[in-house]
Amino acid sequence: MRRLFTTAIFPGPFARAASRPAKGEQLPAIEMVLGVIAWFGELASFCAKVVRAMFVRPFEAAEFLRQFDSVGATSFPLVALAGAATGVVLSMQTRDSLARFGAKSMLPAVIIFSLIKETGPTITGLVVSGRVGAGIGAELGSMKVTEQIDAMEASAVDPHKFLAGTRILACIVALPLLTLVADFFGVATGWVTTTIADPIAMQYFLNRGLSGARFSDLLAPTFKTAFFGFIIGLVSCFQGMRTSGGTEGVGRSATSAVLLSSLLIILSDVILVRLTIVFFS
Amino acid sequence: MSEIELKNVTKSFAQQNVLDGIDLTVEESETMAVLGRSGAGKSILLKLLIGLEKPDSGSISIEGREITGLASKDLNEIRKQIGFLFQQAALYDSMTIEQNIEFPLRRHTKLSRDERRARAKDLLVNVGMESDLDKLPAELSGGMKKRVGLARALALDPRIVMFDEPTAGLDPVTSAEIDDLILKLKKKRRITCVIVTHDIRSAKHISDRVVVLDQGKIVEQGTFSQLERSENPFVMQFLRGSL
Repeated sequence: MRRLFTTAIFPGPFARAASRPAKGEQLPAIEMVLGVIAWFGELASFCAKVVRAMFVRPFEAAEFLRQFDSVGATSFPLVALAGAATGVVLSMQTRDSLARFGAKSMLPAVIIFSLIKETGPTITGLVVSGRVGAGIGAELGSMKVTEQIDAMEASAVDPHKFLAGTRILACIVALPLLTLVADFFGVATGWVTTTIADPIAMQYFLNRGLSGARFSDLLAPTFKTAFFGFIIGLVSCFQGMRTSGGTEGVGRSATSAVLLSSLLIILSDVILVRLTIVFFS
Repeated sequence: MSEIELKNVTKSFAQQNVLDGIDLTVEESETMAVLGRSGAGKSILLKLLIGLEKPDSGSISIEGREITGLASKDLNEIRKQIGFLFQQAALYDSMTIEQNIEFPLRRHTKLSRDERRARAKDLLVNVGMESDLDKLPAELSGGMKKRVGLARALALDPRIVMFDEPTAGLDPVTSAEIDDLILKLKKKRRITCVIVTHDIRSAKHISDRVVVLDQGKIVEQGTFSQLERSENPFVMQFLRGSL
């Protein structure tokens, strides 16, 4: 457990803390706290460099499109499948519960609201963080240990812009679109599952589900995933571009990119849901 | 004015002095080899010269311009005048050989696609790799990667080229071929070269002047024949390979 924490999640600061003599299996608490603070500080500094670089010409339109294709197109099947599975599970699970309280007619609304407001965005964020986060962490990590990032810098190309900026922007733009894909497949399979158990016309299912819905019920949760995309891109690029320790280090970067971006997505969701309620309710 | 000048440069990592008060000049069109044991700070010296690392103290100037503390935009202008061949060539592994060569051209010149392709082909002809345009770096041997790395380093017609262990890990025949390429390059373009190596035969063959580093300090410098007459015990042992 200690090894996982020190080497996979925060390889830099915690590894330094862990390398010192510690009592038993415990990391020194102050070192751990300082390590986390240092990690966030380095992340913020990295973020500032990327943002600054992104506003300097030339803009990397071609590389952005390549990365957008890589993030969007390759995640599409996985996100669609995850959304579809969620729709099926939601329909099966809530059907019984609602029937118990005599509210079976609410089933379409429960499925659609659950999907568009929370399940769709969160599932999309987590699936993409696994698929794309690991890919970015490993790719940039490999480039770092083979000096390709140094070579890019030596040829007067800013890797913060060319490598990190384009990937982060691609994640920001792709996540809301992928969320709509997850929502669509979730609602579709939710209807199919419902109609297998108790036939219901699709139009009636949608009318019932969307009768009390406002546009902001879809808009705010969908756009909040742009922030999830920012987290995935930023954390994965950061972990990848600070890789050290050869191929083992590349593996650590890929693992930590997924772990940290998933963790931050879940934590930031709490704040974003609260903000959505404050501003859109 | 010297092409490259270092004054009292120090660099340390985690309380270990890698470079300790280095004073060094490289003149225009000169080829200088930096010799030393592994971990002597040779590669860090090159990275300092191109701004990939920053010195703890001291000054570094390229063509009379101080580069320590330069903003990245200004530093990039200087980097365009410098070619760099990395130890493992550091070719972009997701790009073909041609795309690797074209990368700096696409970024820093206004050449059309056809002009870039022609220039890439020209550069690859110079290093004998013109038939491998569409190959990926993973399909090349170590020596071939070095040749392509050299072609990429020359893409922007630099006035200075830095080589990090150009013959490391290569068989003697391929090493000699790389040395010959560097000599051909020197003769044809009259560029300034800084070559970090621990290949004594190669240093003797291609350099005008040699600097020996030990424990972060310059312990000897001069022509190779001067070095051979050195009475410094480290230099004597290093040249005999008996350390």
